[in-house]
Amino acid sequence: MAIASESGPLSGSPTSKPNVLTDSLTEAGRHLRIIPRNSEVLIFATIQPVMFVLLFSYIFGGSISIPGFDNYDQYLMPGIFAQTVVFGSVFTSIGLAEDLSKGLIDRLRSLPIAQSAVLIGRTFSDLLRNVITFVVMLVVAFLLGFRFEGSLAAALGGTALLLLFSYGLSWVQALIGLSVGSVEAANSAGFIWMFPMTFVSSAFIATNTLPDWLAAVADANPFTHVTNAARALYNGNPVGDSVVWAVGWSIALIVVFAFLSIRKFNQTSS
Amino acid sequence: MSAVVTEGIAKHYGETKALDGLDLEVPQGRVFGLLGPNGAGKTTAVKVLTTLIKPTAGRALIDGIDVVQDPRAVRTRIGLTGQYAAVEERLTGRENLELIGRYFHHSKSDTAARATQLLDMFDLTDAGDRVSNTYSGGMKRRLDIAMSLVARPSVLFLDEPTTGLDPRSRLAMWEFIARLGDEGTTVLLTTQYLEEADQLAEQIVVIDEGRKIAEGTSDQLKDQIGGDKVRVTIVKPANVETAKTAIAPLCVGAVDVDPESLVTLTAPIRAGGGVVPGIIRALDSAGVDVLDVEVRRPTLDDVFLVLTGHAAETESTTSTGGGA
Repeated sequence: MAIASESGPLSGSPTSKPNVLTDSLTEAGRHLRIIPRNSEVLIFATIQPVMFVLLFSYIFGGSISIPGFDNYDQYLMPGIFAQTVVFGSVFTSIGLAEDLSKGLIDRLRSLPIAQSAVLIGRTFSDLLRNVITFVVMLVVAFLLGFRFEGSLAAALGGTALLLLFSYGLSWVQALIGLSVGSVEAANSAGFIWMFPMTFVSSAFIATNTLPDWLAAVADANPFTHVTNAARALYNGNPVGDSVVWAVGWSIALIVVFAFLSIRKFNQTSS
Repeated sequence: MSAVVTEGIAKHYGETKALDGLDLEVPQGRVFGLLGPNGAGKTTAVKVLTTLIKPTAGRALIDGIDVVQDPRAVRTRIGLTGQYAAVEERLTGRENLELIGRYFHHSKSDTAARATQLLDMFDLTDAGDRVSNTYSGGMKRRLDIAMSLVARPSVLFLDEPTTGLDPRSRLAMWEFIARLGDEGTTVLLTTQYLEEADQLAEQIVVIDEGRKIAEGTSDQLKDQIGGDKVRVTIVKPANVETAKTAIAPLCVGAVDVDPESLVTLTAPIRAGGGVVPGIIRALDSAGVDVLDVEVRRPTLDDVFLVLTGHAAETESTTSTGGGA
């Protein structure tokens, strides 16, 4: 039987135009299908968040008190949630760097698909994995006594906000993954700035306890806005302008970095 | 119409000229060899032709379609197997093949049937439902090529398909490629090995420093560089003239005698082997004691030495383009 001649299945040439939605779903499906087969990813997505919740809660819980919060956990948990989903965005840069080093990006770019679908599918599947991570964390937090003090709708809104921001950062990570040379480099370039971003913020402490200049930095940090918004929504407190800032930052990140990443993708070859 | 045409394509990275005005014309339905050392521009040429990078100058057409003007139409017609086995290692062989079918928007049943067919063709049926990171290097390469054939491309690009394979896998791969050629698939194969081009390609273009330096069939190239040579070493210098007369009728050119030692004779012979026994018999019946008879086939190094006046660079170069 002939290997490639014009008979049998798939002998007609494809007539359909590239479809961003279908192609993105195909690409997302590729990543989602391998999650259960990839133990490192599973561990990172489930065990690490559990560890963070337990460590921060037990280590810092006794020695930190925040004015206005009787229970530090109610203050801390939204910060841990925010940090963990934001850390989850690193998978975008690692995954893309891995595909690039294996030559898969070259293969995908030589197919008649919507090119942006490769990045949309990747960021979307990373978002879904972050949802899994989030659920695991939430369960542990509830076991430790964390509760939604506001409405369920507000809590869902706060969660959506955290995931939206991490989705924006996924696009930043996409640009990083396509720009650095290796998986190792993607790992460190993806992570290194996350530490100052998440610690110089309101995630674990009240920013007014910091020296003035550092407090100014922390207050301007988009991550502070996102954490404050989620925390207010989980605790049923007034949100002020934090939600507007958080949504604004997230959308700005998505728009700017989706543009830059897709442009970069069209010029990238291993 | 030619399957692939390039007119003076160039790709410059700053001062580095990965391609420097390359002209190619690949007829349909043949295995076409692009032969050159690391850094010659083979991979860059493949990347331009498969729409992965844009040329700095020149024009490239696949089935008459310009790769820069209409990359999407080009992508529906090509299959690419790059230097790495580009398979999703955590998916099974079958899943990998079906994935490509889905990207081409084929129906689920067509995609599944095509995957089954390709697994069979590439001797991967038994391994089809195993995760592909359990595959050997040769199996991954075969899956890689099968993936490039899912949508029945009109031109298949194989960039150094046997690099890194053990000799047995290499031979098996040669058989698959030869079969593709026999069935009328246009294959553009890049290789560093003259032997590989010799085995598989009907037409060969030799490139160096981003330019074409020779082209022709394997025989034409070998003739150009002198073909196979025999080197006979005899025991006594006194016998050298007798030996020369004895072997001359079996050679296809003048017999050279090493003037210093007077025991070494070199002469071009017909390619394809079978000459050595005759040479030994002729020397034996002439009463010449033979120390050694050695046949030298031309290598890529010989081609380069003759065509460019310099030896082939063997160390790999790392350019911005990330390849040879």
